[in-house]
Amino acid sequence: MAGSRLLKKAKGSYLLYSGLIIVVFFIVLAVFAPLIATHDPTAINFDEVFLPPSSVHFFGTDELGRDVFSRCVYGSRISLFVGFVAVGISLAIGVLLGLLAGYIGGITDLIIMRIVDIMLCFPSFFLILAVIAFLSPSVFNVMAIIGLTGWMGVTRLIRAEVLSVRTRDYITAARVQGVSGVKIMLKHILPNVMTPVFVTATLGIAGAILTESSLSFLGLGVQPPTPSWGNILTAGKDNIMFAWWLSMFPGLAIFITVMGYNLLGEGLRDVLDPKN
Amino acid sequence: MMRYLAGRLAGMIPLLFGITLICFFVIHLAPGDPAQFLASMNPKFSETAHEKFVKMYGLDKPIYEQYWIWLKRVAVLDFGDSFTPDGKSVTTKIVERLPVTIWLNVAGMALIFLIALPLGVLSAYKKNSIFDKSVTVFVFIGFAVPTFWLALLCMYYFGVIKGWLPISGLTSYNFDSMSFGGKVADILWHGFLPVFLSVFGGLAGLSRYARNSMLEVLGEEYIISARARGIPERKVVFRHALKNALLPVVTIIGLSVPGLIGGSVIFESIFGIAGMGQLFYQSVMSRDYPVVMGILVIGAVLTLIGNLISDISYALVDPRIRYGRK
Amino acid sequence: MIRKLLVCLLVLTLFACGQKDSKNSGKEESFKKRDIKGAVTGDAFVESSLGDATGLIMNITSDSASHSVTSKIYNGLVEYDKDLNIVGDLARSWDITEGGKVIVFHLRKDVKWHDGKPFTAKDVEFTYKFMIDPKTPTSYDADFRLVKSFDVLDDYTVKVTYGEPYAPALISWSMSVLPSHLLEGQDVAKSPLLRKPVGTGPYKFLEWKAGESITLVANNDYFKGRPYLDRYIFRIIPDTATTFLELLNGAIDTMGLTPLQWTKQTDTNPRFTSQYDKYQYLSFGYSYIGYNLAKPMFADKRVRQALSYATPKEDIIKGIMFGLADVATGPFKPGTIWYNPNVKKYEYNVEKAKALLEEAGYKPGKDGIMAKDGKKLEFELMTNQGNTVRQSICEVMQKSWEKIGVKVNIRVLEWATFINEYINKQKFDAVVMGWNITNDPDMYDVWHSSNCGGQKLNFVCYKNSELDKLIIEGRKEFDPEKRKVFYHKAQEILAEDQPYTFLYVPQALVTISKRFHEVSPAPAGISYNQDDWWVKKEDQKYNYQQ
Repeated sequence: MAGSRLLKKAKGSYLLYSGLIIVVFFIVLAVFAPLIATHDPTAINFDEVFLPPSSVHFFGTDELGRDVFSRCVYGSRISLFVGFVAVGISLAIGVLLGLLAGYIGGITDLIIMRIVDIMLCFPSFFLILAVIAFLSPSVFNVMAIIGLTGWMGVTRLIRAEVLSVRTRDYITAARVQGVSGVKIMLKHILPNVMTPVFVTATLGIAGAILTESSLSFLGLGVQPPTPSWGNILTAGKDNIMFAWWLSMFPGLAIFITVMGYNLLGEGLRDVLDPKN
Repeated sequence: MMRYLAGRLAGMIPLLFGITLICFFVIHLAPGDPAQFLASMNPKFSETAHEKFVKMYGLDKPIYEQYWIWLKRVAVLDFGDSFTPDGKSVTTKIVERLPVTIWLNVAGMALIFLIALPLGVLSAYKKNSIFDKSVTVFVFIGFAVPTFWLALLCMYYFGVIKGWLPISGLTSYNFDSMSFGGKVADILWHGFLPVFLSVFGGLAGLSRYARNSMLEVLGEEYIISARARGIPERKVVFRHALKNALLPVVTIIGLSVPGLIGGSVIFESIFGIAGMGQLFYQSVMSRDYPVVMGILVIGAVLTLIGNLISDISYALVDPRIRYGRK
Repeated sequence: MIRKLLVCLLVLTLFACGQKDSKNSGKEESFKKRDIKGAVTGDAFVESSLGDATGLIMNITSDSASHSVTSKIYNGLVEYDKDLNIVGDLARSWDITEGGKVIVFHLRKDVKWHDGKPFTAKDVEFTYKFMIDPKTPTSYDADFRLVKSFDVLDDYTVKVTYGEPYAPALISWSMSVLPSHLLEGQDVAKSPLLRKPVGTGPYKFLEWKAGESITLVANNDYFKGRPYLDRYIFRIIPDTATTFLELLNGAIDTMGLTPLQWTKQTDTNPRFTSQYDKYQYLSFGYSYIGYNLAKPMFADKRVRQALSYATPKEDIIKGIMFGLADVATGPFKPGTIWYNPNVKKYEYNVEKAKALLEEAGYKPGKDGIMAKDGKKLEFELMTNQGNTVRQSICEVMQKSWEKIGVKVNIRVLEWATFINEYINKQKFDAVVMGWNITNDPDMYDVWHSSNCGGQKLNFVCYKNSELDKLIIEGRKEFDPEKRKVFYHKAQEILAEDQPYTFLYVPQALVTISKRFHEVSPAPAGISYNQDDWWVKKEDQKYNYQQ
């Protein structure tokens, strides 16, 4: 009764639950942003600049009189989007190369793992910084480059799992029966290795959101007027003493979200790890 | 051992080659060519200026030839001259920044190890206790807070409001006239916030790693049998389990080198510290290609060396590895 | 000439570039103390910059950080005084003859380089040759290329001959004079002087910690008298928020404030008011929206006029600049003799804007966007990243132009890419940018039709033969009263044609520590007399053994 045991374990996991609540909350926020936002996030109103939080503007207003609450709500869309797509790219590359390396082995394995080793040698933030600066920052570039520099862990993970799975009896049996390599990988191996990948992905989303905010701080993240938590926070940092609400709320949003994905990831690991 | 070492060193050659290839590729990603950039910021630069730069940097040659020429120079550690008018070589520029970068990173890393390992081990030992839970939350807070935001809040509170700590920079204006003890105190005083924040942000990774590793070991049969034999729990945990749990941690040291170098951009910007991160960021923004390439290559090679050292020490501690890896 | 500094205007320039102390020009004695009553020596002045200097020979650098530092180290032959009159610096006097074609400079005889060697005409000759040498990586060579011949008459007299009269010639000699005894025959791009400069100026170089700080010490032998402050410290603080915190902490002595900081974050903060005074004066620069005239969309001047009418300049000034700017009507600074106040003003008028668009043949489409022959009036408005004011302007313009049925997409690009890939290649529709305003009114670089395209400064490609003529004539006239006529007419043409929508001339908002005496803003800015600034003994913050 593996299922019910997992469920029982999951019930006791405070990490999993608190993480899940946070993650779901922000996803709902992003999906229903137009319904939740109280104002047009780009509407400029010079008569209402730098208003502190109130019942009209929950999070106050910024230097152009825009509603910070609505901007944060819409910002959640961009930030989560960046996180999901970047991790999606990492996963796609990582899983593909990992499967290839693990299943085919030999020279393919050698080459792929050498590439992994090389990529791991670079300070990834430097690489991201250089490439984005040279190609000019846009939502697309930011996502793509975070994704393209984050797949190596997944590849290693998948390969290791594949290596341990492929010698099992049912895989050998399938192979003997003449099932094609692709089919074996997709049908038999992939499902078995998805658990650790899922954990990595969850943590990866957190990392991508943080990376976007760091890039924004350097002016290389998602560019205004598109609101992302990173650039709202960066725009507010110069007024940290005078208009604390400009940086406090996007800062908390990033903090809580990243926390949520981390807790979820750790919780998943605890629950899914058979050793515990 | 010697054979293992030789094998590892030989294995590094293709890696080095790959590293230079990627660096070169990144630079040529940039729209336009470096010569055009140099010439275009100056309205009075003529067409001949552009040609002059093209020749000067060998950009008229086919790309594989450019790569080969560059590679030959890099092989003897010559990264060329920076594009900035101060006429310094890339190597000088990087060497200038090294002491600061090393001091902050080594201090940060040492503290992370000193704090994160006990936290992780104790968390595993007291799994699911209040202590374990609060440690988990605490280290994740450090990881999840956008660093520059927390840094600004701290600078404002401790620097401006309380006046306890300096806000930015690494030394005071009158540093040169201080006594030796005064100098040390001044550096520590200035380094406190940046090091503290980088430690706070870096605890999560290592402490979770140590915790998981310890949990794994505690579940091993020999620990269970040791317990069964009636060996005191303390002794089981802190003698037998700990030693084996901490072994894999050694490899982490090598792997964290790039993160330390790369993550420093934000800290250095906000604290006004003239380290490698700053140099890299400014070089990227001013399209100082030789410096960008130089730092990427050196950063990657340092990581490679870090990995090698940690693998060797791992192999020294645990002889199984040598044969296990083959 | 400093005019080319327009390129560096991205960086927050605190002080007008190239100024030096000028109060005592004409005095002959060296080792002389300055004549400020009650002033004492000591203390230091700490300034900060977001970026490090790139090199310490002004003639070949183009960033404002390098210029701030080198302006303390070098002198030119002439300079502007506080009222923007040209006065002697290394030149004692000069004669302009042959209708402006010849200038003879009489040099001071009491000047020594920081290494003790005397300054002579040889140094000026070297500097001239250096500037026109094709191997010199300088961008300020244009003015010197107009020189037909350069003759050293004796150790302290040089004669410069031009092909034809050239009004900006005199001030072009404010270029730093370099030490020939240290640079002659050297590869300047590799010279140690780039890192350890030797000049004639009020401060001597002491130390440069890369990326951290540059420190200068007072020059006891300065020919205009030793400056009172012992040291000049130039700190690099890469982040704007950190810079402001350091200011509140008293760690830096000056900062260029943003309008927001000026209005909202200083007066109510006792930490600020107890330490600093604020100074405000109209700055030497203006912001504008430039249209790519090579694009058919902007070829019709009625479209440009419509866009200008639909630009809420007053709102932008009130909202984004907190009222700390004047409306700009052309490329000159209000209050100077070159400025023409009687040109078309384009007060905000949506109806008029719509009418002009209709006159030009545009009709609103189903989606509300104006279109002509099936082509929508939709374009990209670009600016450089890192300048929040310009980004805000883009966002305001997007909303305002929407009201007349013009659709705008905003694109913010990193500076280097922006200039390199879009401006220089003319791959843009419209941009929000700024120019510095120079003291000399010459408009050749930015407005003459020959400077369109390539990597030249007339990047919007404005071509008007009438204006070209005025620009050329204006360059030949020396008498300001006669000369201004050309530029007043030029402003009328620009106002009618609107190749730019001129937005505003911002106020310079400078704060300086209260402990300095003798600080007083003038038309030349605020740091023109920095060598006279001094601090009472009991207020001195930093002590240095001499």
